[in-house]
Parts: sequence; structure tokens; C-alpha cells
Amino acid sequence: MENRYHSVRLDVSRCRGCTNCLKHCPTEAIRIRDGRAHIIDEKCIDCGECIRICSFHAKVAVVDPLESIKRFKYAIALPAPTLYGQFRGLKQPELVLEALKQVGFDDVFEVARGADVVTKAIRERMKKGDYPTPLISSACPAVVRLIQVRFPSLLPNVVDIRQPMEVAASMARREFCRKHGCAPEDVGCFFITPCPAKMTAIRRPIGQIKSEMDGAVSVMEMYGLLLPHIKKMQADPDFHLATRYGIAWASSNGEANAVCPEDSLSVDGIPNVIRVLEEVENNKLTDLKYLEGNACMGGCVGGPLTFENNYVAKNTIQTMAHALPPTHPDEDVPPSALNKYPIRNDRPFEPNDTLKLDDNIIVAMQKIQRIHELMEKLPGYDCGSCGSPTCETFAEDIVNGQCREMDCIHLMKAEIQRMAQEMVDLAQTKRE
Amino acid sequence: MNGLIHSEYPRETADYTHAGEASADIKRKLKQLGVSASVMRRVAVASYEVELNLVIHSDGGVLSLDVYPDSILLVSKDRGPGIPDLEMAMKEGYSTANEEARALGFGAGMGLPNMKRNADGFEIESEVGKGTEIRMSFNING
Repeated sequence: MENRYHSVRLDVSRCRGCTNCLKHCPTEAIRIRDGRAHIIDEKCIDCGECIRICSFHAKVAVVDPLESIKRFKYAIALPAPTLYGQFRGLKQPELVLEALKQVGFDDVFEVARGADVVTKAIRERMKKGDYPTPLISSACPAVVRLIQVRFPSLLPNVVDIRQPMEVAASMARREFCRKHGCAPEDVGCFFITPCPAKMTAIRRPIGQIKSEMDGAVSVMEMYGLLLPHIKKMQADPDFHLATRYGIAWASSNGEANAVCPEDSLSVDGIPNVIRVLEEVENNKLTDLKYLEGNACMGGCVGGPLTFENNYVAKNTIQTMAHALPPTHPDEDVPPSALNKYPIRNDRPFEPNDTLKLDDNIIVAMQKIQRIHELMEKLPGYDCGSCGSPTCETFAEDIVNGQCREMDCIHLMKAEIQRMAQEMVDLAQTKRE
Repeated sequence: MNGLIHSEYPRETADYTHAGEASADIKRKLKQLGVSASVMRRVAVASYEVELNLVIHSDGGVLSLDVYPDSILLVSKDRGPGIPDLEMAMKEGYSTANEEARALGFGAGMGLPNMKRNADGFEIESEVGKGTEIRMSFNING
């Protein structure tokens, strides 16, 4: 069976059938039918915009509960650097790492260390030259899925190197097994995630056959559990730390600054990412070498599963990073690291042609023609009352047999007025 | 003869607000038709260039899209001013864009060469005082 896993789900009991999520979904993946929202699996990229906008909390992100780490004999926590940004004024990432061990993990491994290795790998890749410009970051899975759905012609530009959490999980598992002499299958790797897109990327990987992670717990859940431990911690725990560059991946421009400080662009927020990708598709940004796109405002620190507001979190991360030595991953990561672990993707990024109206191009053309005719009739208010996000998507839904013209309340009103007038006319003819 | 799909996009001089919308609409249609990513990309680049040309260089005109079962046709027809030296205009790096356009990052002199490079068929006719017509065709299957 085709894997259709999505972390973003609807809690039907809370959904009022309003149009908030409908209007904010960047891939037009939501419809309101029979008084409730429906998410179209093929179109959803798990960005979490709907979670943020829903005032009834009917859109939820399914992640693993902390309990689930007990499935494994040993569990390693792999915190996204975003986790550090949740603790206002925190100076040392070590405190968070130590606290993770206190709440039940057998070991910890910073995803920022994975980011260091990925930084070096991408830089090596760019040194060789001969790549399509700009190279597009693959770190944000929501952006990669957005490209699959809306910009398939840009898939060759997406970096074919794994995202930091994947590389970190390979490193963590191997290091742990070597140190403790245990079997890899006894070790569970759990990502502490700021967003549902990463959760989906673990259960339904892109560019990889299987994820190196075994699950994900949300930053939000961990924040509450870790806070009391961090507050009373006195000792100065000793850990191998990621570089300041790796930690900075948590917020927008951290990655671009580490990978390619010149001729790069970092864009955050899905509508902004879409605008820039349109320009890339029109060959308007070919002098750019590297493009970092993050679905969330501010980067991962703006993830829907975080607690602290993204501006404060960014500040905390930056202050913390500046206190670390200025060593770049180029020097910090030994060259052997690039051959020791699986770094490259083992599967190509496939286009997702959900925009296609029909497999038969002639039928698709007829449908476009019909959409065009419908658009002449529809009011163009994009009000969403019909349950489709815009008049154009409504026309597409009609053509695809999912709605009827009279689902448009404005066409319906005009029709009722016309019928009422007919009745009046009829009554008057009888009287004469 | 119009294609099974026929759309027209009128563009006025220096109307930068609408610039790029025709190209975005054309892209959406081609994605709906399931045209391959590589063909779509070439049409996207060419349609964006030609649309911007209407805005930057012409006295106003119309860009039209026609889609046939096996090909795509883009036609740009303007009302002037016409190109005095076509051979020069087709050279890479040659541009007559004004200061306003250059300030917006246009005028690299890649417009016409870029169109020619991306289209499978390219024809241009121009007469000073009358206008320019550019016809670009693309094979849908590669």
C-alpha cells in the first residue's frame, strides 16, 4: 500500500467548518465539505500553516509521546538546535543535553553536529562545481515537498545530501553502539522536533528509502519537562558540542551563512519561499549560488511545535552561538566523517503532479477550457463559502466532479432571485 | 487558428505591477496539463522574458498563448516602436533598456537570445514605427 502518512491531521470534533485554514493553505490542500475541513493527502506538504491559523485547535500535529521511547532497550535524544532557543537567556547548550538524560534518555546527540557534517558535505559538493544554480537546500522537508508539488522543474536544483537530523541519527547510533557494545536495533533515535514536517519526513522520507530516526517528540512537550531540570542544574556537564555554525541552523540564514556566505539567499515563510521559487523558475536568480528556504517565519525556531516566540528564540540561539569558538565546520569536521556515514540520498526527488487535471492531455485541455468558462460566471470574490479556497480552485473542483455550480452561494442567490422574479411574473400574468 | 486553449494577456508600457502574471498563469496551465517539467521550464523562461519585453520596450501589446495537442505557441505582438537593428538586438549583452528598467534589475541584454535559446521554434519580425511580432513554439513531447 502506498504510504500516505501525514503528521498534520484534523480533529473533527473541534472543527467548525470555518474558512481560516482553507484560505491559508499554501498548496490549496484543504476543502470544507459537509461543515468540516478535509485535507487532501496528495497536496498536503505538512507545513503546519493550518495548525497556526486554526482558532479552534482543530488542526493538530501527531508526534510520538515521550512514553514511546520505551519501545527500545536504549533511547537517544537528538534535539534540533531550536530546542536551545526555548530557554530564554540560556548560555550553555550542555544544560539542555544533560536535562534530556535526566528525563529518561540514555544518551543525547546534537542534531547541530549533523548540520556541521552536512555543511561540510555541501561545501565539498560546491567546490567540485558543475551544479545547477542556485543549489536549493533540502533541510526543510515542507519546502522540498512544496517544490515537488508546485515547482517540479526545480527538483534537479535541490541538494541531494541528507538533512542534518538523518546524518546525526546515523552518527549517534554508531557512536552509541561502539561505546556500549550493543546491537543497532536495540537503539532508538528520537528527534526533538519543532514541526510536523520533520515528523512526516521520518515516517515517509523524501530522498531516502528509510529514515535513520525511529520517532519524534515535540519541542513543546520537552520544554515543559526539561525546564525544572535546567533551572536547578548546577554541575557543568561535559559534552562534545556542535560548532556555532551548526547551532545557528535553527534560525533563518544560519544554514546559508555556514554553507555559502556569499551569493546566497535565505527566505522564510511559505508565501515568500513561493515568490522566490517562481523567480528561480523564470531563470531570474541564476547568479545566486545557494538558496535556503524555510517554511516557517524565522526558520525552524518559528516551527508550529515550539513554545518560545521565534524572535526571542533566535536571539537566545545567536547569543549562545557567539559564546562558542569561531571554528567553522570545514576545520571542525574530519574529512573521514563524509565517508563514514550515509550522507547522500539513496532515492531521487520525484515530482508530485497533483496539479494535473487529467492523464489525457486532450481531456485536460477541455477541462481548462471549461474552467475558463466557469471563471467568467463566478464572482471572483475568493470568499471560500463554497468550501474551495478560491473561485479558480472551485472551478477546478467542479470540472473534477467534486462540486456543483450551485455550491457557490453567489450564483445560488442570483438563481433564487431569478426564480422569485419568475414567480412574481407568473402571478401577475394570472391576475390579468 | 486558435489552440484548444487560447489566452490573451494585454500588457502596457512600464506596467510593472502586472509583469510576471502572464508567465505565472501560463505555468499553472501547463502544470494542469501535465506538461513535463523541462518543457514547462523553457516556456516559463521564454514567456517571462517576452512579457517583460512588452512592459520594458514596447508601446504596449498583447501576449497570447495557444496550446495544441502536441505544441505550445507563444505570440507577442506590440504596437511599436519596432527594432531598428534586429541583428544587434539578438546579440547577448546588447540592451536598449532605459534607466527605470535597469534600476529594477532588467536590461542585461539577454531577453531575445534567451527566448531563442529556450524555444524550439523562434521567429521575429519588426518594423520601425509599426511594431514587433515574436512567435515562439515548443514541442510538448520533448
